[in-house]
Amino acid sequence: MNASPRPLLVCAIFVATAVLIAASLVTGGGYAWSDVLAMEGDGALVLAASRVPRTLALLLSGAGLAVSGILMQMIARNRFVEPSTAGTVESAGLGILLTLLLMPGAPVVVRMLIAAMVALAGSALFLMLLSRLPLGSALMVPLVGIMLGGIFDAVTSFLAYRFDLLQSIGAFGSGDFSIVLRGRYEFLWIIAALVAAAYATAARFTILGMGEAVAIGVGLNYRRLVAFGLIIVSVVTAVVVVTVGAVPFVGLIVPNVVSLILGDDLRRSLPIVATGGALLVLGSDVGGRLIIAPYEIPVGTIMGVIGSLGFLVLIFGRRGHAT
Amino acid sequence: MIEIDKISKRYGQTTVIDAVSLAIPRGGVVGIVGPNGAGKSTLLSIMSRLTKTDAGRVSIDGLDVTKAPGRELARRLSVMRQENHVAARLTVQDLVAFGRFPHNRGRPTREDTEQVATAISFVGLEAMADRFLDQLSGGQRQRAFVAMTLAQDADYALFDEPLNNLDIHHAVSMMRLFRRMGDQPGKTVVIVLHDLNVAAAYADRIIVMQDGRMVGDGPPANVINRRLLSEVFRVEGDVIDIDGRRVVSVAR
Amino acid sequence: MPPDRARAIRRVTMIVTLLAVLSALAFMTVGVRGSWGFVLAHRGIRLAALVTVAYAIALSTVLFQTLTGNRILTPAVMGFDALFILLQTALVTTLGATATGALDPRLLFAAECLVMVGLSGLLFRLLFRGEGGNLPLVVLSGLLFGALFRSLSSFLQRIMDPNDFLVLQGRAFASFNVVDPTLIGVAALLALAATAIVLPRLSALDVLVLGRDRATGLGIDTTQLSATIFALVAVLVSASTTLVGPTTFFGLLVANLAYLMVPSARHADVLPVAIGLAVVTLVGGQMLLERVLGFGTALSIVIDFVGGVVFLFILFRTGRR
Repeated sequence: MNASPRPLLVCAIFVATAVLIAASLVTGGGYAWSDVLAMEGDGALVLAASRVPRTLALLLSGAGLAVSGILMQMIARNRFVEPSTAGTVESAGLGILLTLLLMPGAPVVVRMLIAAMVALAGSALFLMLLSRLPLGSALMVPLVGIMLGGIFDAVTSFLAYRFDLLQSIGAFGSGDFSIVLRGRYEFLWIIAALVAAAYATAARFTILGMGEAVAIGVGLNYRRLVAFGLIIVSVVTAVVVVTVGAVPFVGLIVPNVVSLILGDDLRRSLPIVATGGALLVLGSDVGGRLIIAPYEIPVGTIMGVIGSLGFLVLIFGRRGHAT
Repeated sequence: MIEIDKISKRYGQTTVIDAVSLAIPRGGVVGIVGPNGAGKSTLLSIMSRLTKTDAGRVSIDGLDVTKAPGRELARRLSVMRQENHVAARLTVQDLVAFGRFPHNRGRPTREDTEQVATAISFVGLEAMADRFLDQLSGGQRQRAFVAMTLAQDADYALFDEPLNNLDIHHAVSMMRLFRRMGDQPGKTVVIVLHDLNVAAAYADRIIVMQDGRMVGDGPPANVINRRLLSEVFRVEGDVIDIDGRRVVSVAR
Repeated sequence: MPPDRARAIRRVTMIVTLLAVLSALAFMTVGVRGSWGFVLAHRGIRLAALVTVAYAIALSTVLFQTLTGNRILTPAVMGFDALFILLQTALVTTLGATATGALDPRLLFAAECLVMVGLSGLLFRLLFRGEGGNLPLVVLSGLLFGALFRSLSSFLQRIMDPNDFLVLQGRAFASFNVVDPTLIGVAALLALAATAIVLPRLSALDVLVLGRDRATGLGIDTTQLSATIFALVAVLVSASTTLVGPTTFFGLLVANLAYLMVPSARHADVLPVAIGLAVVTLVGGQMLLERVLGFGTALSIVIDFVGGVVFLFILFRTGRR
């Protein structure tokens, strides 16, 4: 790999992110740009109470989901795995429903905690299934994950149907940042801490990606590392799903693109993966605000289109190369 | 007679068959040999209309294989390919009965039933007739597919490496079976083989393929020699005559 | 065929037929309150719709699996249902509600069927380019195309005029409970026409189970047969989707159950059982959930759950071979 284009690329990503942050702060219905920029009247309020929190929420969620994706890929040793193709998102949804059902009045923290725990259990079940999967095509892995997610979804829908909660679970089906306001997104800051933790242990996760034998060979505690990674992924997923809803495929598209350019050494690629995730989710949201302004298209819908297309390109493109 | 007229086949940049012309008259056993990637299987596949050519034509008794009605061809020519996996759960009996399809279009007569029974006993699977294919060993399954080809009762029977997965006992009995088929009046057997000794022992005529071209053609005594070993198969070795039969012994 | 096997097939067929008839009777009569005349007429229409859908899905799934030579792919898993919904959404988006509303729904449906045959044909070619031997690739990309079509539909629904959306909702979001009665007749007719085309080809389809090459070797014009069967599948999917909406795993479930129960690979033996099982599952299941357990619309959720488990099970089993 030629080293020279990399600094340029990194610069480009950061510049693009900065531009989009600015765009996100000034885009939206109801208020003139000049008002918002001058921080006059309602403009200042909009900026502080809605635009800044929304932009931060987008950045944090995007970074967290992309990092979750690459951690899952290292743990499962498969390019096509991410929270929405491993049953993690769907089991988080089941967790939310269970809290609504068993502790209707529980505070958001409790809901997140339980969602994270169920997501952890769901992802662990997925990994267990994988270990029993006969060796074969790498594509079997996301196939199993998507199906498992579908089964979790069916359980959630059935319970929701049975106990008249369909409307409450409709909300986390498709990620939507228009609901983000000051005071309603702050839990997403947990993601910053988790991404930092992942970066601090990046070298270990790179080794994990080479397999159990290598990991144990260099003296790592394999099981503990897998558990640590799964906890990061589950908590990030749960926090995002509880706060804004599911945003699919971010953790798949971004790490794969970054890996093509920078390779798989997480010490080097993790910051770019995080920034790339933030960039993608931010861009989708700004786009969603512009297409049919003053109405909005939720990020979840836009990522559904971009993500499934990107995934298709990924698996068909792979066939062209040696597999 | 099978007539092959200047057929060529390319996959992307690679030429797999390069202007091969060949005539196979009725009767006898013809072996096609050659190193891996020589184009043997592709040749067989084109002869049996399963692969289209880029140039040239193949005809069976004057019928162009790309134009003649499928049913007409199926009564003249049968083919057994290497890959023998069937997703459905079929018994040996079911499978072999399909060989009669070109004759009865799915409505078996008494005569068809007899032909099926004969074919099954020909390959020695009478005891397994009601077993499902996935309950058979690899060799037994192979024989079941051969029985299906037998039941089809075509004038020309084409086999692509039929000895794969067979131990020496079953390989020999399979070759004897092909020999008996080829000895029946008007029946022709064409087999892709990779074992030169087997080809020398059972075939009347051997066709040698290399890099998509035909580089040898004739009775075993004329084709199998040291030059074939060194130039086509790139091994050093001796060709010995035992009871008038060519036997290849490769140097260590 | 050995006589005991023939007897087993007959027994299975009879039991399933009996169950299907019982389900239909129960569906019509259980829990009737008030005027029988009204209830029977109302339930009769729904029964007709459910039976038509069961028939169309069972037939299209078995045919599709013969065509593709495996037991895990179904038209729904390949995203055909989602494609049909996208087609309807795109139509309302581009023409507008007033224009689509002014057209005869049957005419509109016929046009949609035609476009559907073309589009699903393209999708099929794309996925089975050349060999089609890489099953995980085909299944995964089918699922992803389904996800793409669904996302595109909801994208279009977001950007369309809210009035148009209401019209679309009436058309595209049919379910087991809300059926458009004007189209039942058309769908039933299509299903019958498809049957008339399939019947003389049953024994050729039996041969196709052996694989394309072997079927060609046995004298079948596989290209023509496949094209015919594929067009039928696309039309049947359109018919069932327009009546009750997408049903991802229903076909997979009944087809595999039928393969399991019938000790024969002949279509003449498998198809009746698959259709009977579909009627039992749909009509009987709806009756049980709705009238006995009191869960009105949960049938599709239950089918998704059981179907998902069955899918995983087959996936693990085929991988082991």
